[in-house]
Amino acid sequence: MCLAVPAKVLEVDPTRLRARVDYLGSQTVVGIALVGGVQTGQFVLVHVGEAVQVMDEEQARDGLALWREWLDDSEPAGLP
Amino acid sequence: MVSPCGGSGLTTVNLLAYRDPELFARLLRRIIPALEEQVQKLGRRVRIMEVCGTHTVSFSRTGVRQVLADFVELISGPGCPVCVTDQSDIDHMIAYAKRPGTVVATFGDMMQVPGSAASLRRQRAEGADVRVVYSPSQAVDLALENPQKQVVLLGVGFETTAPGVALSLKRAARDGVRNYFVYSVHKLTPPALKALVEDPDHRLDGFLLPGHVSAIIGRRGWTLLELLNQPAVIGGFEPLDLVVSVYRLVQEMKRPVRLVVNNYGRVVREDGNPAAQRLLEETFEAAPARWRGFGMLPQSGLEISETYRAFDARVALPVDRPVTKAVRGCRCGEVVKGKETPLQCRLFGTACTPERPLGPCMVSDEGTCSIYYQYERSHHRDRREEPHEDYALARGWRQPDA
Repeated sequence: MCLAVPAKVLEVDPTRLRARVDYLGSQTVVGIALVGGVQTGQFVLVHVGEAVQVMDEEQARDGLALWREWLDDSEPAGLP
Repeated sequence: MVSPCGGSGLTTVNLLAYRDPELFARLLRRIIPALEEQVQKLGRRVRIMEVCGTHTVSFSRTGVRQVLADFVELISGPGCPVCVTDQSDIDHMIAYAKRPGTVVATFGDMMQVPGSAASLRRQRAEGADVRVVYSPSQAVDLALENPQKQVVLLGVGFETTAPGVALSLKRAARDGVRNYFVYSVHKLTPPALKALVEDPDHRLDGFLLPGHVSAIIGRRGWTLLELLNQPAVIGGFEPLDLVVSVYRLVQEMKRPVRLVVNNYGRVVREDGNPAAQRLLEETFEAAPARWRGFGMLPQSGLEISETYRAFDARVALPVDRPVTKAVRGCRCGEVVKGKETPLQCRLFGTACTPERPLGPCMVSDEGTCSIYYQYERSHHRDRREEPHEDYALARGWRQPDA
């Protein structure tokens, strides 16, 4: 319902509350009024021209690590 | 390997790793016994509503729908803003396009939605000034560029979209833009899910909650579902997100007391986005709203608040109420509630196609009919015959009825 795309922040304009971001190689300017304190290098989720959330890199890694761990513990040894 | 996302490590984690085919296969192998167990217990497939239209697309496009088809019946919910907009509101919005001196600014998927007499696209072909905007702030720019005209933004969308519109209202107020107006039909998701849960006809086992609405309202925004003890999981949109969310949802079903599980932690926080919530409180107020298929739902819409009333198109720029007629045979109202699938509609794929849509569910990229038209038509015959319902029978888990 609300298609949002992750984009990397390249440059922040804190006075106009805008940022230049990179989305899959194409650059665009988005509003950052909803994500105060966002920094260059972080990833934001963009919807209708506004960054609506900062993506949590640590969480992204942890989420995957957790599932891998769960699989390692629960898969019987010797299974292909 | 060359990453299509620019090769940064973070992008790899965010986008690609949640698509890792090897991890997907391992997870699937591990998860299927749990799904099988639940199917056996129920004597039928697990019925999960994916509320968000983007989830419906993801399940089809990635093939996860087919992979899980023996165990899970995915039911598309009220997660397409254009689709849940009441016909009278659509007619109202189209009426603005006919108003002299008016520029209608809209997100793209409204253009082709059929009103009772015409669509915005048709109005534009007949000379109306209708512009597709990518963001609400572009609509404010339009107002500044056309000072002698009135610019009306069609505010269609859920909790994720409304903050962007709220920002445009604040900007218009700050800069004294007097020719910018919003026609708000913004809607809040939780009241619609409550209505579904309370519907005695409904037989849903759990909800896959919209990830990007949750980015705004947070896990806490769904306490209503916890009060109703509904199994519910907030999920992302990549293949690993989908399959793990379904698993966690089935695990939640097995518990006597259900909590809303956040399986999209890289985007969704417990409290959501407080800045966006404050902005919504300042510029809008919750009000009863009419939904296609549901009718009037209390506190389920966003009306422009007292402070910003000068920008409310309904108040500042009223148009005559147009005559609204329903499209005969269109099942969109039942489809958004998950009570029917597009494949049960007699117009689907015959009289009603994306090229010539009769209802909004066939227009929007997030509309269930449009998604099923694009991805699920080839399974049409299978679905009608519902072979999966016989899965439990075939496996001998359930005795045939006498």
